[in-house]
Amino acid sequence: MTDLAKLTLVESIKHVKEKKCSAAELVGAYVKRIEKSDKLNCFNTKDLDNALSKAKKIDINKKLDKALVGAPIAVKDLFCTKGLKTTASSKILSNFIPTYESTVTEKLWNEDAILIGKLNSDEFAMGSSNETSNFGNVLNPYRLNNAYLVPGGSSGGCASAVAADLTSATVGTDTGGSIRQPAAFTGIVGLKPTYGRCSRWGIVAFASSLDQAGPMTKDVRDAALMLDVISGYDEKDSTSANKPKSSFLNSIKNNVKGLKVGVPKEYRVDNMPKEVDDLWQEGIRILKEGGAIIKDISLPHTKYALPAYYIIAPAEASSNLARYDGVRYGFRAEGKDLTEMYENTRSKGFGAEVKRRIMIGTYVLSSGYYDAYYLKAQKVRNLIKMDFDSAYKDVDVILTPTTPTPAFKFGENADDPIAMYLNDIFTVTANLAGIPAISLPIKYNKDGLPLSLQLFGKSFDEQTLLNTAYSIEQQVNFKSQVKDWWM
Amino acid sequence: MSINRDTIKKISKLARISVTNDETDRLEKDLNSILKFIEQLNELNTDKIVPIASVSDQALTMNKDEIKKINEKDEILKNAPEKNSNYYIVPKVIE
Repeated sequence: MTDLAKLTLVESIKHVKEKKCSAAELVGAYVKRIEKSDKLNCFNTKDLDNALSKAKKIDINKKLDKALVGAPIAVKDLFCTKGLKTTASSKILSNFIPTYESTVTEKLWNEDAILIGKLNSDEFAMGSSNETSNFGNVLNPYRLNNAYLVPGGSSGGCASAVAADLTSATVGTDTGGSIRQPAAFTGIVGLKPTYGRCSRWGIVAFASSLDQAGPMTKDVRDAALMLDVISGYDEKDSTSANKPKSSFLNSIKNNVKGLKVGVPKEYRVDNMPKEVDDLWQEGIRILKEGGAIIKDISLPHTKYALPAYYIIAPAEASSNLARYDGVRYGFRAEGKDLTEMYENTRSKGFGAEVKRRIMIGTYVLSSGYYDAYYLKAQKVRNLIKMDFDSAYKDVDVILTPTTPTPAFKFGENADDPIAMYLNDIFTVTANLAGIPAISLPIKYNKDGLPLSLQLFGKSFDEQTLLNTAYSIEQQVNFKSQVKDWWM
Repeated sequence: MSINRDTIKKISKLARISVTNDETDRLEKDLNSILKFIEQLNELNTDKIVPIASVSDQALTMNKDEIKKINEKDEILKNAPEKNSNYYIVPKVIE
């Protein structure tokens, strides 16, 4: 019999629609694996019984026309889910139960996907290894000679859950690489759509001008299907884009003939491991063989992206996180007066990395420093955006590695915030420029760890991005080598 | 520029986050290393560059002027750390 949890999202929905399995059987297959996978610590909250009864309802009603019918989906614990705890993996929200549903998750359930739980992440999506979560580390299903590895971050629980077949697909959020870097570390596909493609309404905000929700999936077609469902204009988010769209999945095609692919020299950084450079060359070769035209390009301000990001993102975060004051929801610590209550609540409720970023953000926005830091960073952001605008006059997509290294061990970058920040060196530019980007697993290194390439696209041209990724995927035929060692 | 202990105390007041002396030591080290990192931007001349706050080129749209009846008062108040009938309770502000 087919192992239902091993099917891709597209395949499993086809199974349900063609009555090769019931929705309850499909959900049941995932529930069984989830119950044996606590060791990975992917879930902050499980909702398994409700998921099974929703599946049974679908089977009884026999209406199988919806796009995600019966698909069990856990989401990053940053998406507000009505009546189900939403924590952002923080102590300060550890008991928060939203009275409303995020637009992105609402769209999933409208297509008859079934919520099975909320997935662990870095606290308020701030981190690149999932080590800042208030609810403990998430393990990567891939290990290095039996040593545990980080799943990446901030969407680490999402990435491990997809790689370990604990959810048929998921949605994460990406502010500087939080979908793509963990996707790369766990050998799955991660897509950060164009800024504005998906509504941010009901997502716990980190840096509002950079945050974007997107799919993390077993393959490229699954990502296209998820994007079909979650994207679209939302009057509740004034930055969501009012653009016409057709079905990304139905339009997907394996053809890169004549496609112009840019290879930016600034992404060849010092100390990049040879295996990553080789991987990049392999991607170039595959595209060339498919008939694409490879062009060397320059994105001259690349090295300033991460410093600009670490002004803009903390500045926006310090404003967004001002709402956590212990008054209306969440954790409260006592204090002798109102101010002391605020200070104690925020001191005990936030973890070290979140506090660090609020402090930096408060500093760069404070009187006398605004022009030197925040305004400067906004100008550099424009330079980075102009780099891409000018590159896209000559090319359709841009190819780079997703990360400078494969997944690393716990604690490896924990003492030095800058070393940890460098994980996002290849991904952060897309958030500053607002362009879409996808991470795609290509091969395993000599230690059996996944290595991934990234493609940048033009704003609102996710279709070309998906087509290119799909063509590469067809060539490389990357297959999961997760061994279920934790079960 | 660099951040000293007094500045950290001042920022922590602004951010409404109390910090212990131990935390101040760690923050002094971390924040200065982050500042040094972000000050790389000073290598760039940006005199003629326009700052951008967002990449969205969309004009704000008007929503329909219509009444939506949402009464979730009781549900919303359930999340309050402390409440009394329809009010949030906080430590006394005025003596």
